[in-house]
Amino acid sequence: MGQITLSGVAKRFGEAQVIPPLDLEIQDGEFVVFVGPSGCGKSTLLRLIAGLEDTTGGRIIIDGRDATGVSPAQRGLAMVFQSYALYPHMSVRSNIAFPLRMAGLPKAEQDRKVEAAAKVLNLTSYLDRRPGQLSGGQRQRVAIGRAIVREPSAFLFDEPLSNLDAALRVGMRMEISELHEKLRTTMIYVTHDQVEAMTMADKIVVLNAGRIEQVGSPLDLYRSPRNIFVAGFIGSPKMNLISGPEAQRFGAHTIGIRPEHISVHPTMGEWRGIVGVSEHLGSDTFFHVQETGLGAALTVRAGGEVSLHHGDTVFLTPEPDKIHRFDQSGLRL
Amino acid sequence: MSTQASRVAARAMLSPTVLLLLIWMIVPLVLTLWFSFQRYNLLYPDRSGFIGLSNYLNFVSAPAFWGAIINTFLLVGGVLLVTVVGGIGIALLIDQPIWGQGIVRILVISPFFIMPPVAALVWKNMFFNPTNGLFAEAFKLIELRPFDFLGQAPLGSIIMIVSWEWLPFATLILLTALQSLSSEQLEAAEMDGAPPVKRFWFIMLPHLARAITVVILIETIFLLGIFGEILVTTNGGPGTSSTTLTYLVYKEALLDFDAGTAAAGGVVAVILANIVAVFLMRAVGRNLDA
Repeated sequence: MGQITLSGVAKRFGEAQVIPPLDLEIQDGEFVVFVGPSGCGKSTLLRLIAGLEDTTGGRIIIDGRDATGVSPAQRGLAMVFQSYALYPHMSVRSNIAFPLRMAGLPKAEQDRKVEAAAKVLNLTSYLDRRPGQLSGGQRQRVAIGRAIVREPSAFLFDEPLSNLDAALRVGMRMEISELHEKLRTTMIYVTHDQVEAMTMADKIVVLNAGRIEQVGSPLDLYRSPRNIFVAGFIGSPKMNLISGPEAQRFGAHTIGIRPEHISVHPTMGEWRGIVGVSEHLGSDTFFHVQETGLGAALTVRAGGEVSLHHGDTVFLTPEPDKIHRFDQSGLRL
Repeated sequence: MSTQASRVAARAMLSPTVLLLLIWMIVPLVLTLWFSFQRYNLLYPDRSGFIGLSNYLNFVSAPAFWGAIINTFLLVGGVLLVTVVGGIGIALLIDQPIWGQGIVRILVISPFFIMPPVAALVWKNMFFNPTNGLFAEAFKLIELRPFDFLGQAPLGSIIMIVSWEWLPFATLILLTALQSLSSEQLEAAEMDGAPPVKRFWFIMLPHLARAITVVILIETIFLLGIFGEILVTTNGGPGTSSTTLTYLVYKEALLDFDAGTAAAGGVVAVILANIVAVFLMRAVGRNLDA
């Protein structure tokens, strides 16, 4: 079980309201990702759920039990920290066994569970090393191991991949997703990286300045962002936002069109512009098109083989049914 | 410092200092060794000459010798125990966010700035005095007979004074170590179900191991030579109950005017200090390896 309900949960540090009252429902077995720019309160929200911070208002209900005033250890949750927070003076085995030891399990039982967790995480041959002798990815796995032996009702991840290099991050991302498939336990995952959010989540919670901007599946957020903030945050490269007369032509204050929904043609199209910087990724090419007369440079995705150069004139055509329209206050029309 | 020329230059530049330090150390040591094999009593200047190990036998067979060695270890061990345990306690306390933290920290450190004989005299006259000391007053207040600290428990009283002087040092080192512990480790332990006492035992204490080692090593070096506090409070007494090795050497040299035996005592003290150093490095020195 791992159903978590937040109702009216708020947090303030002195005068500063970090999280205005918010409501959120997390179903059992769900992989929920909190995503948002730095300082948006996503880590604070996670720490509130963990019990490492006290709420200033509202209730946290875990599996139907009010856990608002319950100590972190009693909530039945396990957390993986950004710095891994391994105990440097203990071997990997003792690190993973620590929560079991604290729970007073018999030694044989501890060993059995540690071995099982080590097997799942490919740590068997490292069990007698110290954390200092492991690579970043291995430390990460030890931290996850320490979390899974407790058989918690939910896992909390606080930006667990941000200390890893890019290649390792992709690998660990898949390992964590695989682990979720295997364990089917609720996971709450905090990140500022929207790629991690899109690839891993069942449900994404987009946060901005402590407020929930939108909750939905990755594709929901991609297809129909509720406001300009979500539109700009989800998707890489960012959605192009155009306001002014061109937007009014579509009956909106601002229109948004994703780089992948604009086609490029050398001679004919709706908007005319000049190619600026182009980024060749092999599979795709991103062009930054300037002087379009739309008030902003546009980012456009084209195939990997399209060859345009700095200073070339191009014509751009948006796919009409992929245009997002927003009103004056930034809400979707 | 990688080329041949720069290495040679570095050695040449360093050599005067190294030489000076060497002379500084070697000359007194050799002189002491020399005196320790000579008949050299200031009261009988006419009797002199080589007398072999007589001075050593004389020193070691003195009735106060074994007592002095035991007292030395009791003093060092007692002060180490009090300062390490107390230092950890105070460091934990002043690490908490409290109002007036800066002032409290300065107050805690201040005993370290008071010179040892002054500190000892303040304790002797202000606290320990059995007729009008503060402790005596406190005892009277709860209707007990005042306790003559320096008369009844001389070594314990000196341990108390020296501990008071060295607590700030231990506290300071342990506090900085405590502050370098990542809060995420403590939070992880909290999530793992460790109550505060176990968090201290399993996370904080191992983290402090290296700082505790530093405190023990440095304090031992200084505590083996404690002298001023004894001189101004008990003069090694009553009897020889608070005489340490250092004080015994002083007694031989400046009360009995036997420079030869005192020199032998000095050599014994040096040997003993080295034994302690080797033992300590074996016992706790591995904590210093990264």
